[in-house]
Amino acid sequence: MEVGYVELAIGSILISNLVLAKFLGLCPFFGVSRRTRDAVGMGLAVIFVMSIASAATALVYRHLLLPTSPEHTNLLGVLGLPVPEGGYVLILKTISYILVIAVLVQFVEMVLKKAAPVLYRALGIYLPLITTNCAVMGIALLNTEAWRDPANGLPVHLAAFNGLCGGVGFLLAMLLMSGIRERLTESRVPKALQGLPIAFISAGLMALAFMGFTKLFGIAV
Amino acid sequence: MAGLSLLREFTDKPIKHNPVFVLALGLCPTLAVTTSLKNGVAMATAATAVLVCANLLISLIRRLIPNQIRIACFIVVIAGFVTMVEIAMKAIAPEAITKALGIFIPLIVVNCIILGRAEAFASKNGPVASLLDGMGIGVGFLLALVAISLVREVLGAGTLWGYRLTPVTVGTATVIPAYVPMTVLGMAPGAFIVIGLLFGLFHWIGNRRRETVRLAGVAAVPQVARDFPKPKKKPAAQKAESGDPASEPRPPSKPRPPSEPRPPSKPRPPSEPRP
Repeated sequence: MEVGYVELAIGSILISNLVLAKFLGLCPFFGVSRRTRDAVGMGLAVIFVMSIASAATALVYRHLLLPTSPEHTNLLGVLGLPVPEGGYVLILKTISYILVIAVLVQFVEMVLKKAAPVLYRALGIYLPLITTNCAVMGIALLNTEAWRDPANGLPVHLAAFNGLCGGVGFLLAMLLMSGIRERLTESRVPKALQGLPIAFISAGLMALAFMGFTKLFGIAV
Repeated sequence: MAGLSLLREFTDKPIKHNPVFVLALGLCPTLAVTTSLKNGVAMATAATAVLVCANLLISLIRRLIPNQIRIACFIVVIAGFVTMVEIAMKAIAPEAITKALGIFIPLIVVNCIILGRAEAFASKNGPVASLLDGMGIGVGFLLALVAISLVREVLGAGTLWGYRLTPVTVGTATVIPAYVPMTVLGMAPGAFIVIGLLFGLFHWIGNRRRETVRLAGVAAVPQVARDFPKPKKKPAAQKAESGDPASEPRPPSKPRPPSEPRPPSKPRPPSEPRP
């Protein structure tokens, strides 16, 4: 079943927000959200990497891992290499995804450094952190296994768009959180709850608010 | 003696270096899968298996890995073990658990606990020490997940390991009436709030320990001030209110703002929300 762009956007940004509903990317969410500047930088870097990584992993999934079917061809099969009956999904998916993401992050870093030094100066320090950001890997996995059509995963263009939306959702959560945390440094918090504990509790209240978006416009995710 | 210090690699880890509550690592699976005790234990077991195997293998091949590409090598080793665990889980674990853990099994690859141990410990130490270190951290992870999922399952679903706890009946008389579960604890917001409160509990216990140590005059504890920085601004009214009782025999040479350390008896234990 084909999924629409609008449905995908509302679903990924608001209803099942990566951070607040799916618990992905919590390390940067709590680690880099102390200042709004850093939060925005990290969020933008994640949007950037996540869209590219989603497209790349969707391509890998369809054309290297899955066996040849009417909808797509396995390139390894075309080259005459053996492809087992179920494809390489079970044994190579995790490894190939993490490698694709790691290589991609390195590549993006190099390209940015040469082509867009200004952008590199703004986002550069966040890029290495993104390799081990589970949100990027998580959305790649979600794109190819959990969304409506588990056998084929999302098509490449929709996967890229979903990555973009996931990144926007992440940026939104980071922005809200950094605002809250900047206020928290000014307020009196019980000693035992200072620092991370109160940040967790605030995130919980934010998640509670985001639960209000459930079934928004009848979209079930 | 060497054996004893090796053993410390194991015994130090679960509490003092608890990966979740002290180092704040591996938060994603911690929050996502702790809806029930079974899921928590399954997740911790899977992660520990990967951690121990990866630690062992990396420390065995640590001299062969070129320094520049070590992170990539670690990731490949970890991803290999994760795939094995994934396939093993599909074979032996009940369907319900595999489904509940979902993408968080393949996501062990990017779990910062495992990569962190590979980088900080296994790449610098021998195989036996690395094995013990992996086991210690794994037990710590298990303890953390059990603590969180216990609270969430008992209060959020009214069950324990899948068994309904209430109502308790003796003969025909109901001793404890049926508990109405706080469903929110099983959902996303509950996860954040429970782990926040448990984190607070951990800090509170830690603070009290340090306080006791300081009162006994054993060691100076400048750590406290660093770990728990005070808010930048304080309302002026507070200064007047807190001349703080003489419960703090502090050397007068260190003039700190009087409001900072509370007497140890005062802070209420940040206990779990009660029904």
